[in-house]
Amino acid sequence: MKKMKTKALTGADAAGTAMKQIDPDVVAAYPITPQTPVMHKFAKFIADGEVHTELIKVESEHSAMSASVGAASAGARVMTATAANGLALMVEIVYIAASLRLPIVMNVVNRALSAPINIHCDHSDSMLCRDSGWIQLYSENQQEVYDNTLLAVRLAENSKVKLPVMVCQDGFITSHEVMRVDLLEDKKVKDFIGKHKPDYPLLDTDNPVTYGPLDLFDYYFEHKRQQSEALTHVFETFNNLSKEYEKISGRKLNLIEPYKLKDAELAIICLNSSAGSVKFVVDQLREWGVKAGLLKIRMFRPFPKKLVVDALKHVKAFAVLDRSESFSLQGGPLFTEIRSTMYEIENKPKSVNYIYGLGGRELKLDHIRQVFEDLGKVAESNKFKIVRFLGVRNG
Amino acid sequence: MSKDKVCGFLAASEDAKSWKEIPPAGLIVDAGNSKEYKTGTWRTFRPLVDKKRCINCLICWIMCPDSSIYVEDEKMQGFDYDHCKGCKICEQVCPVKCIKTVKESEAENLEGFDDKGRTTTVKINEKNEN
Repeated sequence: MKKMKTKALTGADAAGTAMKQIDPDVVAAYPITPQTPVMHKFAKFIADGEVHTELIKVESEHSAMSASVGAASAGARVMTATAANGLALMVEIVYIAASLRLPIVMNVVNRALSAPINIHCDHSDSMLCRDSGWIQLYSENQQEVYDNTLLAVRLAENSKVKLPVMVCQDGFITSHEVMRVDLLEDKKVKDFIGKHKPDYPLLDTDNPVTYGPLDLFDYYFEHKRQQSEALTHVFETFNNLSKEYEKISGRKLNLIEPYKLKDAELAIICLNSSAGSVKFVVDQLREWGVKAGLLKIRMFRPFPKKLVVDALKHVKAFAVLDRSESFSLQGGPLFTEIRSTMYEIENKPKSVNYIYGLGGRELKLDHIRQVFEDLGKVAESNKFKIVRFLGVRNG
Repeated sequence: MSKDKVCGFLAASEDAKSWKEIPPAGLIVDAGNSKEYKTGTWRTFRPLVDKKRCINCLICWIMCPDSSIYVEDEKMQGFDYDHCKGCKICEQVCPVKCIKTVKESEAENLEGFDDKGRTTTVKINEKNEN
C-alpha cells in the first residue's frame, strides 16, 4: 500500500481538500447552504497561501458559472461548487459550459429545490442538469467525494472528452458528517493530475479563436452531434483513469458498483449516500437467507447502459430509489433511465420505483427492509403499483 | 429553378461540412473568415445596375452594409452576389436611379446582365428619369 494520510473529514472538507491538492488556476463561487463549507475550507487554503488559485468572489451563481466559463475559455483549470437554487440559477451557463466543451469540475452538494424552501438533501438540483451535457458522478461517502473529485479533473480534461464534470454528494448527510478519509500525498495528486493542456485557449494571442459565435440551422446540429460523440468516449476514459488511480490509491472506482448482486434475486438501485444504508440492510437480509443485492450508480451521465443491463438482467425484481420527483407520473429520473435500458432485453425483471427522501426526509433502515419485502411480493405478482412513495405519511 | 436557388439553406448545405470535419463547440479558429459565410443565400431581391447611366459617385459603395459593391479604378463594377443580402439600400441611395432590384425568381431569366449584375444594353428606370 502506498503511503497515505488518514483524516477525519466531512464531505465538504473532502471536496475542499481535493481542490487544494488539485490547485486549480481559477475558482469562482458564491455561497449557498450546504455547499458553503466546501468553499469555506478551500478559501482557508488560499488565505494560508497553500494554493495559487485566483478566487473570484462573484455576486451570484449565474456569475460564478459565467466567470468559470470565461476563465476556462482563457485556458485556465477551473473549479467551482454549488447546490440547489444556486445550481438552478446557473443552469443557463451550465449548458454553455458543456456546449463550449470546457472541462470545468464542479462539486454539487445535493439539496432540495424550492418551494417550499428547504435546505436539506435530495437530488432535484443535479437532476435538473441531467440533460445539460455535463458528466455526472455521484458519491456514496466522504471518501468517494475525494476520489471522484480528483478523477473528475482528468476525465474532464481528456482530449477525447473535453466536457465539464459534476461531482455530487448528499447535502448534510455527506457534506456535514465526519468520516475517515484516506488522502494521497500532495505530490502524488500533482503527478496524477498533471498539467492542463487546453486546446483553444483565448489567451494564446498567436492563435486567435472566437468562442460562442452565432450558429444557425446549418451547423448547430453538427456541434450537438459532436457533444454526443464526446460522451461516448467517457466510459473507456473513466476506466483507464480508474486503473491509474487504483495504482496510486489502492481504491478502485467503478462506473457502477454491484454489491452482492451476482446471485441476487431482489435488487435495489440508488445514488449517493443511500447506497451505504442499503449495503447494511443487504448484509442483514443475506444473514436471514434473503438473496438481496444493491446496484450503486456512480456515473449517471452518460448512463453506463451496458453495465447496468449485465448487472440486473438475472434478478427477479428490482426497485429503483429516486431522491427526486420528475412529475411525469412515470417515476423518477433514475427509474425511467433504468426501465428504458432494461426494455431491450427479453425476460425482463419486474421493476418498481420508490420516490423517497425529498427535502431531507430520512431513509431509515426499516424503509429499505420494507422495499425488499415489497419486492418479494412484486416478484411473485403480475399486477402491482409501479411508482410508489417511500417515507411519506399515508404513502 | 435549380435546387440551390430554391432557398438559402439548401444552397448552404451543398458544401457544408460534417461534424467530423469542424472545430468543436462552434469555435472559429481562423481569423478573417466572414468572407466564407455566403450571406447572399439569404437574398430575395437582386440588385442590377445600368452602367451606361452610372456616374460612379460610389454612394452605393459607401452605404452598402455588406461591402458587396465591387470597385476597381474608382469605378463601380457591379455586385458581390455571394454576400449581398438584397437590402435595397443601394437602390434607394443611387442619385441617378440606375440601380434597381428585382425578385430573385424574376432575375432567373434576365438577359443582358453579366455575373455582377451589370448591363449596358438593358434600360433601367429610364422612364422615371425622363
